[in-house]
Amino acid sequence: MAFKHYVMVCGGEGCESKHALAVHDALLKEVREQGVENEVQVLKTGGFGFCGDCPAVQVLPDQTLYVGVQPGDAAAIVTQHLKQGRPVARLVFDAAKNAKMFPADVPVGHQKQLRIVLRNCGVIDPEKIGDYLARDGYAALEKALFKMKPEDVIEELKKAGLRGRGGGGYPTWQKWLFTKKVASEQKYIICNADEGDPGAYMDRSTLEGDPHSILEAMTIAGYTVGASQGYIYIRAEYPLAISRLNLAIAQARELGLLGKGILGSGFDFDIELRLGAGAFVCGEETALITSIEGNRGMPSPRPPYPAVRGLWEKPTVINNVETWAAIPVILLKGGEWFGKIGTATSKGTKVFALTGKVNNCGLIEVPMGITLREIIYEIGGGMLKGKAFKAVQTGGPSGGVITQDYLDMPIDYEALAQLGSIMGSGGMIVMDEDDCMVDVSKFYLDFTVDESCGKCAPCRIGGRTLYNLVDKISKGKGSLNDIEQIRDIGLAMRKASLCGLGQTAPNPAISTLKYFEAEYLAHINDKKCPAGKCRDLLTFFILPEKCIGCTLCARRCPVNCIAGERRAVHTIDAAKCIKCGECYQVCKFGAVERT
Amino acid sequence: MQAETKTELSPGLLEFIRQWKDKPGNLIMVLHRVQQEYRYVPRDVAFQVAALLEVPLAKIYGVITFYHLFKLKQPGRHVIAVCMGTACYLKGGEDLIRELETLIGAGVNTVSPDGEFSVEVVRCLGCCGLAPVLTIDGEVFGNLTKAQLPDVLAKYQGKQLAAATA
Ligand SMILES: Cc1cc2nc3c(=O)[nH]c(=O)nc-3n(C[C@H](O)[C@H](O)[C@H](O)COP(=O)(O)O)c2cc1C
Ligand code: FES
Repeated sequence: MAFKHYVMVCGGEGCESKHALAVHDALLKEVREQGVENEVQVLKTGGFGFCGDCPAVQVLPDQTLYVGVQPGDAAAIVTQHLKQGRPVARLVFDAAKNAKMFPADVPVGHQKQLRIVLRNCGVIDPEKIGDYLARDGYAALEKALFKMKPEDVIEELKKAGLRGRGGGGYPTWQKWLFTKKVASEQKYIICNADEGDPGAYMDRSTLEGDPHSILEAMTIAGYTVGASQGYIYIRAEYPLAISRLNLAIAQARELGLLGKGILGSGFDFDIELRLGAGAFVCGEETALITSIEGNRGMPSPRPPYPAVRGLWEKPTVINNVETWAAIPVILLKGGEWFGKIGTATSKGTKVFALTGKVNNCGLIEVPMGITLREIIYEIGGGMLKGKAFKAVQTGGPSGGVITQDYLDMPIDYEALAQLGSIMGSGGMIVMDEDDCMVDVSKFYLDFTVDESCGKCAPCRIGGRTLYNLVDKISKGKGSLNDIEQIRDIGLAMRKASLCGLGQTAPNPAISTLKYFEAEYLAHINDKKCPAGKCRDLLTFFILPEKCIGCTLCARRCPVNCIAGERRAVHTIDAAKCIKCGECYQVCKFGAVERT
Repeated sequence: MQAETKTELSPGLLEFIRQWKDKPGNLIMVLHRVQQEYRYVPRDVAFQVAALLEVPLAKIYGVITFYHLFKLKQPGRHVIAVCMGTACYLKGGEDLIRELETLIGAGVNTVSPDGEFSVEVVRCLGCCGLAPVLTIDGEVFGNLTKAQLPDVLAKYQGKQLAAATA
């Protein structure tokens, strides 16, 4: 049955929080009450990847996007828009401000964004397998099973030039080929859905918005390398993704898309979930495998690579969610098509979680080779509050910063590595003049020290020492010698650590030092934090000519270190001040100054 | 060796353990199920799980202490999880933690003296667009300022968990 309108309510985690369900139900009720249920279908979809202003609602076919919708707005949307054809202006997303955040399917080159991995996110109801089937779902699996030999699948991936999206960027076809070549009765397929980068959520959106694409791709891999069992290792922090995956697995089993004799072929394959439990290092493939085996998630040296000896010592293909999600499209549209998108060495698209100090935060999918300037100023709508751009951080705790000078460089795996950062899994955090690079480096080191499993000494001891050095500098107690030490220890960790966590842990410090050494020196020599972030180096004082004696700051001060009579100039007792910044924030007269 | 008090495991939990007993790598899944029931892993339950799964108690504690999500102490009636992912950190997540400390007297990984709240740190809840973010019993509050915290907490103060999650 064809409907005149489709109303899609974003049901991603961000939106779920803001009562998207209530909005969905209100719309459904209104549609029924106004008697248009045969013309209008109300759907829940995965996150639109657009979370600043949720819940978001999109009306098709006219593609009106509403943001910040409340249940009470349902009546207006139904009466005015769906029945009378006039969109509710006050809720319509300001397209001039940001037309590019939310593209529908667009042909290559037409818009900055290109949706391959996120093709179905926000478009289908992820809880309905029928929606997925209607958009060529499982057609790639059918093609592989009945029209392609395993070698052909690998050949297609080779033509596509698809590289792992989990961070390493290893060619996917090679991994599959290695596993295929090893003779073994049992092999395994794993989807790495541990997504540990603190500031990124690409994989979660894909899992929530399009779970079947992962199941389909894993099944294709099973057929290609000769495995009959797959596992999805997913963070327990993603309950919605877990429940949608469980539902999708049940639906696929019911339709014979998983289980014995898939689609009437002689091929058996099944998938189970395994939950993580909050350990970043378990995103590393060898640690992930021991964690699935039920142990403490400690990594082990490679080789042997999982492709040869992985889960329960059997050959195992392990790929990242985003890598998986691209595979069905590649098989359907052909490797050559995919290979045309991107740069010489990096093909296809990449999903980034664009966050930090930009106007439009959210998930974006862009062709490799796009520049950071296009991402930040065109898609991201420029800097928040018009502040000055300082740096963009990619690759999370394993990555580094990229500065103004490189905004026009086309980005791909090699280009980012050359700048001392990495592509990583897709976190992209924009920082402005208020962000202190010493503080940022301390933040990431704190994270890696916390997450180090402690198995190897370079990471366990080196990480802690690096943190202490940066901490010292942030408190104005550092010396020039400390900078040398950071570089030396960083180099040693890179060379000697057991797994990627320790090898890359120094990256944020090394890279901020490379581009912002002057900022480190200001902390060391002048005992000042130019960005005004490092507390220990700040002093607060009151400008007598501006203070009118309103007493607000004195009342708010948590340690009572501000003295002064009503209508008389106040003073801050620097000895007692804990530098919380409360007075600075509350003063309505700009009388509190910070240096 | 036996623990002092013996908690009766629920039929649902026992059934879950029975189903998973013969699957390799079951321990983490079983511990998640235990926490779903008790919100932490009580000592005598750990003893019973060890016996039921026939794994050494030391292994169970090894796993519990490795993973951040498994807890050995009872959390407060309401669990506040403050996001300290990169986006939230840059937009003032730390200020929220400091403010919570003054408001309820509980810092990270501790329970407030009245047992009402406990505070945890999480890394990116995946709504960085709403930074800074915290969740209380799973409900997300975004774009938070210190000044809004008392109102947010008031919604939970004194409410039983059942009522809050219903
Ligand atoms: C410390 C560390 C954390 C990692 N975390 C993740 C992660 O969260 N998700 C992921 O897919 N890969 C992660 N990786 C990369 C995996 O080890 C592995 O390379 C990847 O899952 C392979 O899939 P791909 O080839 O599709 O990228 C991590 C690696 C290291 C060293
Ligand atoms: S960093 Fe807090 S939600 Fe992403």
